Amino acid sequence: MVAPAVSTYLKSRARWSPFEIAFWVFAFATIWLFPGKYLILKDTAILALFALSLDLILGYAGIISLGHAAFFGLAGYVAGLLAKYGIINEPVIALVVAGAAAAALGFVTSFLVLRGSDLTRLMVTLGVSLMLGEVANRYSNITGGADGLQGVDIAPVLGMFRFDLYGHNGYVYCLIVLFLCFLLARRIVYSPFGLSLRAVKGNPLRASAIGIPVKWRLVAIYTVSAGIAGIAGGLLTQTTAFCSLDVFSLERSADLLLVLIIGGTGYLYGGLIGAVIYKFLQDWIANLTPQYWQFWIGLVLVAIVLVGRDRMQASVDAARGYATRLGARALTFSTTFGGTAPDRH
Amino acid sequence: MLTILFDGVAYGMLLFVLACGLSVTLGLMNFINLAHGAFAMTGGYCTVILVNRLGVPFVLGLPIAFLATALIGGLFERTLYVHVYARSHLDQVLFTIGLVFMSVAAIDYTMGSSQQFVQIPDALQGQFRVLGIGMGKYRLLIIAVCGLLTIALQLMLTKTRFGSRLRAAVDDQRVARGLGINVGAVFALTFAFGSGLAGLGGALGAEILGLDPTFPLKYMIYFLIVVTVGGTSSITGPFVASILLGISDVAGKYYVPKLGAFVIYAIMIVVLIWRPQGLFARTTAR
Repeated sequence: MVAPAVSTYLKSRARWSPFEIAFWVFAFATIWLFPGKYLILKDTAILALFALSLDLILGYAGIISLGHAAFFGLAGYVAGLLAKYGIINEPVIALVVAGAAAAALGFVTSFLVLRGSDLTRLMVTLGVSLMLGEVANRYSNITGGADGLQGVDIAPVLGMFRFDLYGHNGYVYCLIVLFLCFLLARRIVYSPFGLSLRAVKGNPLRASAIGIPVKWRLVAIYTVSAGIAGIAGGLLTQTTAFCSLDVFSLERSADLLLVLIIGGTGYLYGGLIGAVIYKFLQDWIANLTPQYWQFWIGLVLVAIVLVGRDRMQASVDAARGYATRLGARALTFSTTFGGTAPDRH
Repeated sequence: MLTILFDGVAYGMLLFVLACGLSVTLGLMNFINLAHGAFAMTGGYCTVILVNRLGVPFVLGLPIAFLATALIGGLFERTLYVHVYARSHLDQVLFTIGLVFMSVAAIDYTMGSSQQFVQIPDALQGQFRVLGIGMGKYRLLIIAVCGLLTIALQLMLTKTRFGSRLRAAVDDQRVARGLGINVGAVFALTFAFGSGLAGLGGALGAEILGLDPTFPLKYMIYFLIVVTVGGTSSITGPFVASILLGISDVAGKYYVPKLGAFVIYAIMIVVLIWRPQGLFARTTAR
């Protein structure tokens, strides 16, 4: 009796809500709505994808990372080098390869990260990304060192869509990749595997007591997250035809945490909404004080913590619940009128 | 060879003074304070203003830098940090990174982004030559000051009443509170003292480490390495760790300059895999 009830509950939870459909319809509508803003929209899409990858490990598995830029940067360089030396010219395949490289790094480093406390995790993730940065700097004959990787020539996507100067094709490409990765993440999160991750986050000891292989679940999600972060990094290199050492920087990882915290963790849309808000904030503040926008970013972080994330999360949840109720009401409204009309005559 | 060793020891001593405050906050309150470097930078800039602009003698500038930073640290602790002690590690990381960003931009705004130099009195410049080893006078001063501080700290922690209160609060907050120890005041004093030490370290180290607005970001990882590798339960652990770090960093940069800081990060990760609680942690605690 219980099992069907649980499965119907889970299925209903995993169904697409009107809010989600509206979100993605709007996301794709931006292609035609804001034709002059492709560059910032593209950056937002990449940042959103990157934040989505962090949400998978932070929001669903509770792993704090200060070095997620390692995967972003590695894949960025892989994508750049593949294109520069003409090893794989097709951007889509190169992107998959770059993501796979990042996932492989994630798999290897996951064993280091899973040991020890939060502090040790912070140090190891940070150390890995800084080490990669040093390596990229060391082999400057391949990576271009501090000058960045130049002379990257990206072939047209699928042999048809060349990256143009206005960033139209680049943005569409990023948006489609973001959507596909989001579908993957959504599938993972609502699967039994995703549920077991939540159990692990809640209480690892109890989770292992009910037979969940805690360590391997964490390794798996860390690897997937690294892969998605890598795809984001690959996208950045492909759409800008450039890659520099700052892809590994601490600031990138710290900004990423901020993005995710603005949007809220643990419901997948946090990263996407956070990225939109963050980019607009950054754009707005950078216009006011070009040099000192970091100060305001810092102030936002401090304020968020002092106000309390749980309180903010509660208000976001309340707003979301309200929006879903509104959406559901609109839906029933349209079905009662649209659905019953043909029966009348 | 010996000169490298000497420079490494001086560098390590400096790192220890910079980082020991952090090791106390981390070990004491289990609080991840990434903004520790910001206090060190404050001390450094205090000295720059005092010595270069106001003409205060360098020797007098150091204690003033210590006091000023301790005051600021205590103020921050009472007004902001107290609210974050009980929060999750993620909140602490976000909060302190926010502080770092703010301090970087604020210093950039007030002092400019270029590197600052403290005018060191002529008496401290130049080198001694003992048994064929060149020893910079300034580095000798650093070793002397930091060595004395280390001994003083160790004595304070183990012999004084305040030290025993602090250790009691470290071991078990609730019981310490039950015994009538004002844990909040002990924490605040310790935090202020640790910040002051960082400020002193920043003032002393401005010459060797360089001082510019990105200081807290650049050296954050070094402080964290000292603390995580050394463990947070004693003074000796971070001390040994910082000396090791200082020597290996100087030697690494001298012998394999192309690798840069790679050696240090690699060592840190290996140590953390080998002993996640730090090299010198008490494994039987709790």
